[in-house]
Amino acid sequence: MITTDICIVGAGPVGLFAVFEAGLLKMRCHLVDALPAVGGQLSEIYPKKPIYDIPGFPEVLAGDLVKNLEQQIAPFHPTFTLGERVEELQKQEDGSFIVLTSEGTQIACKVVVIAGGLGSFEPRKPAVENLEQFEGKGVAYMVKDPETFRDKKVVLAGGGDSALDWTIFLANVAEELTLVHRGTTFRGAPESAEKVLSLAEEGKINLMLKSNVVEVQGNGKLNAVSVLVDNNANQKLDVDYFIPLFGLVPKLGPLENWGLELDKNAIVVNTTDYSTNIPGVYAIGDINTYPGKLKLILCGFHEAALMAQSAYNIIYPDKKFVLKYTTVNGIQELA
Amino acid sequence: MENTITVYLEQENGERIPLETPTDMGLSIMEVLKANEFDVPAICGGMAICATCHVEVLESGELPEPSDDEAYMLESLPHATERSRLSCQLKAKPELDGLVVRLMPEA
Ligand SMILES: Cc1cc2nc3c(=O)[nH]c(=O)nc-3n(C[C@H](O)[C@H](O)[C@H](O)COP(=O)(O)OP(=O)(O)OC[C@H]3O[C@@H](n4cnc5c(N)ncnc54)[C@H](O)[C@@H]3O)c2cc1C
Ligand code: FES
Repeated sequence: MITTDICIVGAGPVGLFAVFEAGLLKMRCHLVDALPAVGGQLSEIYPKKPIYDIPGFPEVLAGDLVKNLEQQIAPFHPTFTLGERVEELQKQEDGSFIVLTSEGTQIACKVVVIAGGLGSFEPRKPAVENLEQFEGKGVAYMVKDPETFRDKKVVLAGGGDSALDWTIFLANVAEELTLVHRGTTFRGAPESAEKVLSLAEEGKINLMLKSNVVEVQGNGKLNAVSVLVDNNANQKLDVDYFIPLFGLVPKLGPLENWGLELDKNAIVVNTTDYSTNIPGVYAIGDINTYPGKLKLILCGFHEAALMAQSAYNIIYPDKKFVLKYTTVNGIQELA
Repeated sequence: MENTITVYLEQENGERIPLETPTDMGLSIMEVLKANEFDVPAICGGMAICATCHVEVLESGELPEPSDDEAYMLESLPHATERSRLSCQLKAKPELDGLVVRLMPEA
């Protein structure tokens, strides 16, 4: 079990900066994110785009802002669980919490800070009959370990960059590889599109254009997919794995069932400290709502500072909080 | 009124809700839908990178061709059809008068 002062759900810019504000007050943080990398929307949606409204930075690339935040919080040695979604919150008798993830990781903490942004990014699922029934039994939405697919029959679906990239990579790994794509052209990186077309010409992959996977079948485990070709003929393929790659969409997901007061998919907070209706649980950044809320990075940073002061009273109930400027005291690293 | 067109949002039950749309404010159809409080997440704010403003065009005059960015996004969506567009990329212009769209599931 991981033990920490504050468990932060979501390692977007606001969750990362919360580590800094907590660290100044000598509180330790553990961050959990469903994505394999930190940075939230900045890393996932727009890493190469400039941001113009971060004070002190006339212009900064989203990806660079995330790198700077990582550097800024390094003295406080936060710990991370990445690639796991937070599922459950269990309140303990002494008022502390255990946070549980999708992979069974447990984090014991005194305060929970939800910095979940738009929710956790989940794969966009196509409308395919029986799809969910075979998740984990041959249907995968991500290639975590390419070796899983060695010498197997694999069908990929999609027409974006990740579908092209994995087709190229798995062409040498899988026994038989089919890429099913709804369109007739690929607008991903031109080199990747060319490479996929030449792999198809050489007979190394099977390319099905103007086609859609419409049904998956099996007996406990996936063994076939039906593909609708050009909106009329149905073709059945024997497969071990089906991997639809259509990008990610954010979903509020499990947080909805925690008993938090919600308003249109956002968590209602008290603006004196961004606490929620569950004592010891705070919500900061894009995921919260209050009159006048603006979904901006800057506003999330402010909320993190106020949250940290309030959380201090829970973690150190006997000490009085005194505001100190970093200008005077510098940053005292946590051991 | 001058500088105003009507676009329609078709509901699941087939009802078409008319939306008065100014053409002189540089609005996109996504912005018009949001301004009328329809549930369009549009999380990227109109940059053609999230596809959460996906619509299907049911009726229209001639529409502008999608840009490469829009076409790329549409191509990578599982539910897209031949008539799919990103509403944030359709600018409210006089040519769009009478446009009928329906919201597509985003995931
Ligand atoms: C295209 C675009 C441009 C933008 N431009 C600007 C701009 O110029 N200036 C500006 O201030 N803002 C901008 N924004 C908004 C800004 O990105 C958000 O305000 C900011 O990302 C919010 O940060 P956050 O940390 O609250 O949430 P996010 O960045 O959304 O991070 C939340 C993280 O929490 C994780 N998470 C959620 N639920 C769970 C769970 N149950 N378990 C595990 N992890 C979970 C998610 O995976 C995600 O990584 C822009 C947004 C977009 C999409
Ligand atoms: S609002 Fe994101 S693609 Fe249109």
